[in-house]
Amino acid sequence: MSETVADVSALIVQTLLANPKVPRDINGSSKIVEDLAFDSLAVMNFVMEIEDSLDVSVPLDRLADIRTIDDLAACVVSLKQAT
Amino acid sequence: MSIFSKYDGLAQSLAAVTADGGRNPFAVVIDRPLSSTVGLIEGRETLLFGTNNYLGLSQSEAAIEAAIAAARTHGVGTTGSRIANGTQGLHRQLEERIAAYFQRRHCMVFSTGYQANLGMISALAGKDDYLLLDADSHASIYDGSRLGHAQVIRFRHNDPEDLRKRLRRLDGTPGAKLIVVEGIYSMMGDVVPMAEFAAVKREAGAWLLADEAHSFGVMGAHGRGVAEADGVEGDVDFVVGTFSKSLGTVGGYCVSDHDGLDLIRLCSRPYMFTASLPPEIIAATMAALDEMGRRPELRHTLMDNARRLHAGLNAAGLRTGPQASPVVSVILDEVDQAVRFWNRLLDLGVYVNLSLPPATPDQHPLLRTSVMATHTPAQIDRAVDIFATVAREFGLMRPAAASA
Repeated sequence: MSETVADVSALIVQTLLANPKVPRDINGSSKIVEDLAFDSLAVMNFVMEIEDSLDVSVPLDRLADIRTIDDLAACVVSLKQAT
Repeated sequence: MSIFSKYDGLAQSLAAVTADGGRNPFAVVIDRPLSSTVGLIEGRETLLFGTNNYLGLSQSEAAIEAAIAAARTHGVGTTGSRIANGTQGLHRQLEERIAAYFQRRHCMVFSTGYQANLGMISALAGKDDYLLLDADSHASIYDGSRLGHAQVIRFRHNDPEDLRKRLRRLDGTPGAKLIVVEGIYSMMGDVVPMAEFAAVKREAGAWLLADEAHSFGVMGAHGRGVAEADGVEGDVDFVVGTFSKSLGTVGGYCVSDHDGLDLIRLCSRPYMFTASLPPEIIAATMAALDEMGRRPELRHTLMDNARRLHAGLNAAGLRTGPQASPVVSVILDEVDQAVRFWNRLLDLGVYVNLSLPPATPDQHPLLRTSVMATHTPAQIDRAVDIFATVAREFGLMRPAAASA
């Protein structure tokens, strides 16, 4: 498990930018709900894509504490380290 | 700052929906039903194509008479919860009847279908367990997952392979894995591939709960749902459902062969801390259940009607889900167009449900219809004609249909 938070964060930004509706100027400190204008369903669907890219499952209750892309990256890295 | 200020965005969305004098689609009043298929709305006789009353049994004569008789002998309420003073002989009778209908050993009855999901899911999956939910699950399933303490993992809608992958990631973790699927999904009317999910469940040694709310009385040779239709009832550990669709009353249930179900009565908060079903509802539900069992032709007519509506709407150039089922949704692209379409349908005498994202899959607004066994072919054709008229007014005909 060699991914760092920075690696995962970059991958998340790259995944998000594949969606033309996402603002172009996002980075690790962008807030997922506020800056991306995602509703609850859009957040869950986007997390599912990240889960598949990184072969990890993020339990929904963990999402409650996640505000920024870096938060999500840190959560994914900790889940990967736990397995 | 107002306590409501967090809903400013919601208020703006509602204002946008009702701009230009449109109705509030979430506050339509049916003054009263004239039959199972026609209601009085805004003083006009309106075709009801959005009530989930699949078999028309909300207006069953037998159920009405049973309710009146029960109210006379038992009164109108229990004034208590099931575990305090709220269990009467009628509750036990209803549980036995539902268990017998499903050929299961145990049944628990809840006060609503919403509470049945809330109560079962929150109590079955504990702190060290995993809940695996279909991404398009009903709100009651999501809410049940939040009321409990299990880890919640979402898999792609109706995708057994995706579930298999997510279960594989949990290999070796302790704790029970409870998979939750629905028989028919309420927004698009699509049917679960239950046999494939049952196979994944067996491989993984997981547990399977199926919410057959929209498929009870609709699918399967005896109306026991998709699990019966697919021949995999033995793999479904828990069937949850509601009386408020095919049986036309209100209330929820869970049936199971697991003896542990009785323990859930003592730890499921949505079961314990609310008033039990009133006598007249129980009596009406049992009468409707009898009628459903006695009249399998209702199911056949329902599916014929579903195919007629689905084919008619598609022939009119509208886009629907792929399957003809008692829920047929017309898929539109823009919310304001859907709102105007829905208003126009009601002007012309057809009531359907306006379903807006994020309550719908894929961010599309839907004009959701539900079909009944009691709709006549003429009523269905009339509804299709009105849909086609509005689609023409809005320039929504697809090329293939427009030239036909």
